[in-house]
Amino acid sequence: MSSIGNIRTILKREISAYFSSPVAYVFIVIFLLLNGFFTFMVGGFFERGEAALGNAFFNWHPWFYLFLVPAVGMRLWADERRVGTLELLLTMPITPWEAIVGKFAASWLFLGLALALTFPVVLTVNYLGSPDNGVILTAYVGSWLMSGAYLAISCITSAMTRNQVVSFILSVVACLFLILAGFPPVINLLQALPGHWQWLVDAVTSFSVITHFSGFQRGVLDSRDVVFFLSVILFSLFTTSVILRTRRTN
Amino acid sequence: MIKVDQLSKFFGAKRAVDGVTFEVARGEVLGFLGPNGAGKSTTMRMITGFITPTSGSVHVGGHDLSLEPVAAKRRIGYLPENAPAYTDMTVKGFLQFAAEIRGLRGAARNAAVQAVVEKCFLQAVLHQNVDTLSKGYRHRTCFAQSIIHDPDVLVLDEPTDGLDPNQKHEIRQLIRQMGREKAIIFSTHILEEVDAVCTRAMIIDRGRVVANGTPQELRRKSEWSGAVSLNIKGLGVNAIREQLGRIPSVRRLAVESTADLVVVTAFPHPDRVIDVTRDILTATQGWQVEALRTEEGRLDDVFRRITLPDTAAREAKS
Repeated sequence: MSSIGNIRTILKREISAYFSSPVAYVFIVIFLLLNGFFTFMVGGFFERGEAALGNAFFNWHPWFYLFLVPAVGMRLWADERRVGTLELLLTMPITPWEAIVGKFAASWLFLGLALALTFPVVLTVNYLGSPDNGVILTAYVGSWLMSGAYLAISCITSAMTRNQVVSFILSVVACLFLILAGFPPVINLLQALPGHWQWLVDAVTSFSVITHFSGFQRGVLDSRDVVFFLSVILFSLFTTSVILRTRRTN
Repeated sequence: MIKVDQLSKFFGAKRAVDGVTFEVARGEVLGFLGPNGAGKSTTMRMITGFITPTSGSVHVGGHDLSLEPVAAKRRIGYLPENAPAYTDMTVKGFLQFAAEIRGLRGAARNAAVQAVVEKCFLQAVLHQNVDTLSKGYRHRTCFAQSIIHDPDVLVLDEPTDGLDPNQKHEIRQLIRQMGREKAIIFSTHILEEVDAVCTRAMIIDRGRVVANGTPQELRRKSEWSGAVSLNIKGLGVNAIREQLGRIPSVRRLAVESTADLVVVTAFPHPDRVIDVTRDILTATQGWQVEALRTEEGRLDDVFRRITLPDTAAREAKS
């Protein structure tokens, strides 16, 4: 039996699990409402008078994801552990990697769906002016990659505990670090350090999702940014597999 | 089909399973007995590949579980303790998932689901969500998932736990019937189940195998094995004690008396079990014996003796 087949079976089950409860719909509605409110009211989309989404719309995504992605990812492994189905899943004839990738992919696709449902904003900006849709598409890709990085971190915290709330809080804290590492006030603080500490500033800011996302926002598809997000995902999924191997019972 | 060799598991410094070795062949049903916390579930979790053993090896159908985990797991059906199932799915969806992940697709999948639904009597709840099921149905749903791919090896952790007597009977019949062509290990606290289902029983205590044999062999280790009970009328307790106490093959007497009836149980010396019934018949000639029974030995007695050595010793003294 092929790996792809097993991954697809897991993925299908996870997706159907999302939509069998109201949680998925609630999540999508909240995500869309937040996007609408912040883009048009707080972000001053109309006042800006520019036919672009880079600032008014995408600027908020790192912060939305901070709370929404851990909410999507918290149940992935914690619930399996709590209900005891982890024992079923890991004694099935599949490798742990197939389970990890399948579950991650399902949630990531779900986040992609929520993101895609923000398309009315794109229609609006196209109706009002003539934006560069290539830039918008790039920013969408970046936003989705960023949500994947957050999600993979939520996978780690979810695998660590059987309690979804604990998992949620831990992953919010971890993701907050990734945001704050590139947040201007923090960078300014670090830059007050003497010159030979510059490497520290570089090291910290290079971990920031905001730094890496800003390129996408401007429509620049830099391979370093793509590699950053993909490596956060891979590293986190690998860590998840280690945690699952060492902490099977508790 | 299952070969377990020197299997051990430590949780930190705590020894959960210690050097367990056994084999189960096709056509055998092995009952796994032991007090709570003896290491039954841990052993089963190692056989099914959920927990990695600290040392030792498990072979399933010739595949080493640590080297070819997927090939070995493909031959196993597993019912974990407490019968977990995905609560956000319907019974049908759950069984379809279980079939697909075992590599059954399309028509083969649907046929497999149909077959286990009939075998486990799940038609009535097929479209119900798992979290709305009663305990019995949830148990049978998880049991159905374990046999859906018709595995050679079945590992069942307390398959009748929490079921009503009718459901217990159904599950036992299923196990016995499937035991003819599969290798089955199941754990239980219920000793009658061993007689009803097993071809072989194994008692495990504090992580070690302390007894392993057919139910008859185990029962023979009981103090009750070969004991003779008599209901006697019209004689005093002391007279009976004196007369029966003289028989050399009798090791110990237990006497209970009511107004006009004395019930005596004579426990034989372990090496003279064959003689005791005849000796007693000779000694009690002319008595008014209302009933005479020869005991086969009691599994619960063996179980307690083996797993509670201190208690058994104290009881024997008093």
